[in-house]
Amino acid sequence: MHSTNLATSPLHQVNYAPKVFDLSKNTLREFNQALHEVKDASTEPNWEVINPKGSHAVAVGAEHPISIDVQGSVGYYCGGMNQLSTITVHGSAGPGVGENMMSGTIVVKGDASQYAGATGRGGLLVIEGNASSRCGISMKGINIVVRGNIGHMSAFMAQSGNLVVLGDAGDALGDSIYEARLFVRGSVKSLGADCIKKELRPEHIAILQDLLDRAGITDVKPEEFSRYGSARTLYNFNIDNADAY
Amino acid sequence: MCGIVGLFLKDKSLEPQLGALLSEMLVTMTDRGPDSAGIAIYGGGAKGHGKITIQSATPDADFKGLDAELGKKINAKVSSTVKSTHAVLDVPADKIGEARVALAELRPNVRVMGAGEAIEIYKEVGLPIEVLKRFDIASMGGSHGIGHTRMATESAVTTLGAHPFSTGPDQCLVHNGSLSNHNNLRRELIRDGMRFETENDTEVAAAYLSSKIAHGQNLGEALESSLNDLDGFFTFVVGTKDGFGVVRDPISCKPAVMAETDQYVAFGSEYRALANLPGIEDAKVWEPEPSTVYFWEH
Repeated sequence: MHSTNLATSPLHQVNYAPKVFDLSKNTLREFNQALHEVKDASTEPNWEVINPKGSHAVAVGAEHPISIDVQGSVGYYCGGMNQLSTITVHGSAGPGVGENMMSGTIVVKGDASQYAGATGRGGLLVIEGNASSRCGISMKGINIVVRGNIGHMSAFMAQSGNLVVLGDAGDALGDSIYEARLFVRGSVKSLGADCIKKELRPEHIAILQDLLDRAGITDVKPEEFSRYGSARTLYNFNIDNADAY
Repeated sequence: MCGIVGLFLKDKSLEPQLGALLSEMLVTMTDRGPDSAGIAIYGGGAKGHGKITIQSATPDADFKGLDAELGKKINAKVSSTVKSTHAVLDVPADKIGEARVALAELRPNVRVMGAGEAIEIYKEVGLPIEVLKRFDIASMGGSHGIGHTRMATESAVTTLGAHPFSTGPDQCLVHNGSLSNHNNLRRELIRDGMRFETENDTEVAAAYLSSKIAHGQNLGEALESSLNDLDGFFTFVVGTKDGFGVVRDPISCKPAVMAETDQYVAFGSEYRALANLPGIEDAKVWEPEPSTVYFWEH
């Protein structure tokens, strides 16, 4: 009788132990280059960075379905342009975390500095602490979930995607916003030009529930949020506004 | 860009290491500004003694015999410690003003970097690591200090265009950003009697604070006023005899990170500057809010 024991004769070797890069010894270039050179993500799914000490551009341009754990705080642009990878920062992130990310997931366990997720086109960015000013500026399809508060001028000129904030929002939320959806559970210090509060309908509850689930948040109900978005009065030039320019 | 660092020690046992800690912080920020670097360091002043930090392009000629000449002129004991292009003059604290007037007569080419009971200011053109080495900052102790590494945008790369800028006795200012109304403001301040040595925007901010203080505001109030009167981008760190303060403009696009432990309060343009401080793993780390004046004092 012919039989195959799949458990003892795998098709290829999978190394589940993470590949570790120590940024006090390896250069950032070596690490980022290694990410770009992944040939088969399923054979090397786990990566780890230690001693980042605020380094810039950690795991920028990762483009494979791998998991990257960064043990410490990072500087500018961590995970920028990410595609498919799951990046977890076990610390805080400097300006521009997840800038222009396309897909995949970035989780920041601490706080994020200004313009987190700026111009992001897809994927999920979760910030478990607070985010600073300009969170989600010019977002173009990314989903951002912030457990804490966000700073002033967040979602400025946001075009599409969802920004979910469990805490409070600072001044001028959603200034000159296009079609992104903003959900804030706490207070909003002030709304920016053309940003208004909108009705929270069942389809928005469903979006919220999905994002909360994916962000691993179980202690908050989608009904606790308010929705904000564009009044769409800035879409076309209005001659009556000429004096304002 | 520019890079700023600041360190305010709560734990006296760290004081001998202040210069070394600040030096490492500033060198980490080198790629934010490689043009020039400077540091203000506070401490050491014995009671009744004042310090005047001076700078000269021709230190050998200018500093020779200066302490004796100055002492004779102001009728007091004056000693000097020369470090490269800078010298620190030790004069009686109540004769600092008199000594500055006499100095201007005796050595018109010598520039005063700062004066007071605790402050010493060192700044020069070059990379932080070179500037810090030139003045042997790493061996200096003290209670607190601030440092700056410059990427010039508003004026020439010169010693006098480097930061920190003195704003008054034991006070100084460093700046990351650029001011857009500094020319107008300079004209107004000149009418008010302030004197300028450069075309630099930060010198205007320093003179602005000095002017406000001369008109009766305290430093905190002067910083509050700056939020209304200065147009442009700024993260300021100011040093005073007993502490240091931080203020950012309402937009706050210039970065700032702070860390506090039982041992110190630290400021950095980036977290990288703080990453090697003792106990940073357990420090409270946060970003200062826009339009908010922060102060720590002994």
